[in-house]
Amino acid sequence: MWRKLAIPSILGNLADPLIYVLGLGYGLGSMLPEVGGVPYIAFLAAGMVCSSTMNSATFESMYSAFSRMHVQRTWDAIMNAPIDLDDVVLAELAWAASKSVLSGVAILAVVWMLGLSGSVLSLWVIALLPLIGLTFGALALAVTAMARSYDFFMYYFTLLITPMNLLCGVFFPVEQLPAAFQAIAAFLPLTHAVAIARPLLLGQIPSDAVLHLLVLLAYAAAGFYAATVLFRRRLLK
Amino acid sequence: MAVLAAHNLRKFYGGAEVVAGVSFGIQAGECFGLLGPNGAGKTTTLRLCLGLTDPDGGSVELMKRPVPGEARPARARVGVVPQMDNLDPDFTVSENLLVYGRYFGLSERAIRARIPQLLDFAGLTARAASQIQTLSGGMKRRLTLARALINDPDLIFMDEPTTGLDPQARHLIWERLKQLLAGGKTIVLTTHFMEEAERLCARLAIMDRGRFITEGSPRELILRHIEPHVIEAHGDGVMDWTDHEARKLASRLEKSGDTVFCYAADPTPLLASLANRGELRYLHRPANLEDVFLKLTGRELRD
Ligand SMILES: Nc1ncnc2c1ncn2[C@@H]1O[C@H](COP(=O)(O)OP(=O)(O)OP(=O)(O)O)[C@@H](O)[C@H]1O
Ligand SMILES: [Mg+2]
Repeated sequence: MWRKLAIPSILGNLADPLIYVLGLGYGLGSMLPEVGGVPYIAFLAAGMVCSSTMNSATFESMYSAFSRMHVQRTWDAIMNAPIDLDDVVLAELAWAASKSVLSGVAILAVVWMLGLSGSVLSLWVIALLPLIGLTFGALALAVTAMARSYDFFMYYFTLLITPMNLLCGVFFPVEQLPAAFQAIAAFLPLTHAVAIARPLLLGQIPSDAVLHLLVLLAYAAAGFYAATVLFRRRLLK
Repeated sequence: MAVLAAHNLRKFYGGAEVVAGVSFGIQAGECFGLLGPNGAGKTTTLRLCLGLTDPDGGSVELMKRPVPGEARPARARVGVVPQMDNLDPDFTVSENLLVYGRYFGLSERAIRARIPQLLDFAGLTARAASQIQTLSGGMKRRLTLARALINDPDLIFMDEPTTGLDPQARHLIWERLKQLLAGGKTIVLTTHFMEEAERLCARLAIMDRGRFITEGSPRELILRHIEPHVIEAHGDGVMDWTDHEARKLASRLEKSGDTVFCYAADPTPLLASLANRGELRYLHRPANLEDVFLKLTGRELRD
């Protein structure tokens, strides 16, 4: 439906994480010893794949969905057709997840091209990306349902997305954190995404994969449920 | 055959009863007009009929289906021109029609076959590939109308289809609506233009503060509620004339700014009196729907 918009924004989504991978990976990596037995840039790869998928899904579910819902009133138009609000919310989620998967795959492709992951197991990450996209897309939709303006999204980025990028093992192992922060990180969904993606990219079978998947699924389901309730309260009152 | 029936509809927003027990029925092929000042509850009534919000009381049957329960299949047979244009700015004119048709589950082929005829109807054939931002207000409204017809609906809801348009654009829309009616469509229309209502609607309701305060054909409403003659007088000394002469001669008077509206069954004495007052300017005309509207809803501003 909205395929026309996809290509320019993927290019945009790709540039940022790439700069991180290359800049941090090679720059910082040259100063660091190996992390957990692998070069820093190979360690960072999984974090960047997950984090850029999260960022892309979040951005799409907040700014783009808000613009279609509130600014352009596209949702109102759609709901005059035989389509219900819940369908529209689900379609937005599917759209955000698809776009985030494309961002994730693009980073993954770079990781492979740079030779940072040679394992066949890394193909499994492609299967993980949709779940990451759904999880963060759904959570962000719930935020969008409460937003009065674009400014509101800054809070979510500042209070949740940025801390997750820092605490959840994207740039360094969670174990490096003080115990209190580790405990917090254990509750955050990005930790669980990285915990599956990193071993896969490094050619290992993730431990506790089922638990991590269940946590992501639970966040996705809770986020979507909250989003539908909040959107209904907002738009169908 | 009734295509829409509302029974005792009620809707509260924050303690205010915005729709306060509204009942009406719409027969296939008719054009029903809903008039009312800003905030009267017209849009809310339409949203209730479409199942876009749940009523706090009462019931709706749209295309023989209970709403909101079966609103979705009911809406498949309905077209909507919303009060505010909500065309998709990411798409061109014809893409807007295509995408909208897809929301009705129509096949791409079926929609493409229909688009030329809809563009022609909207007078937008030459703009098929234009971006929405490049269209004038009138073009957007016509495209919104064309979009509402994508599913070949039996019933079309139009919420102020001509608000904000210039007279040419308004006349064109009226022409198109008459064509639709001649083609057997049913239209439910809200408007602030009395002329629009008089021209298009066989039956009208005037709504105020959530209630229908009167209902009937434009002619009936004028006959029922108002004296047949109106004299509008203004100029220096009009208030003096009003107090000393008009008050005795007119059956009803209304002041608005420095103009006095005199309503009368027989205008002769008023006209004779004005003939002696050279300094006053006046207009003598038959009563119209606007007079009814103002009498029933008052002259003060709403909202
Ligand atoms: N979603 C909503 N939440 C709260 N109040 C609402 C909502 N929708 C409408 N209202 C209020 O209900 C009243 C009726 O609104 P409505 O839009 O139905 O009026 P209207 O007759 O269509 O007016 P207009 O001619 O200005 O379009 C107004 O006072 C409006 O502020
Ligand atoms: Mg309205």
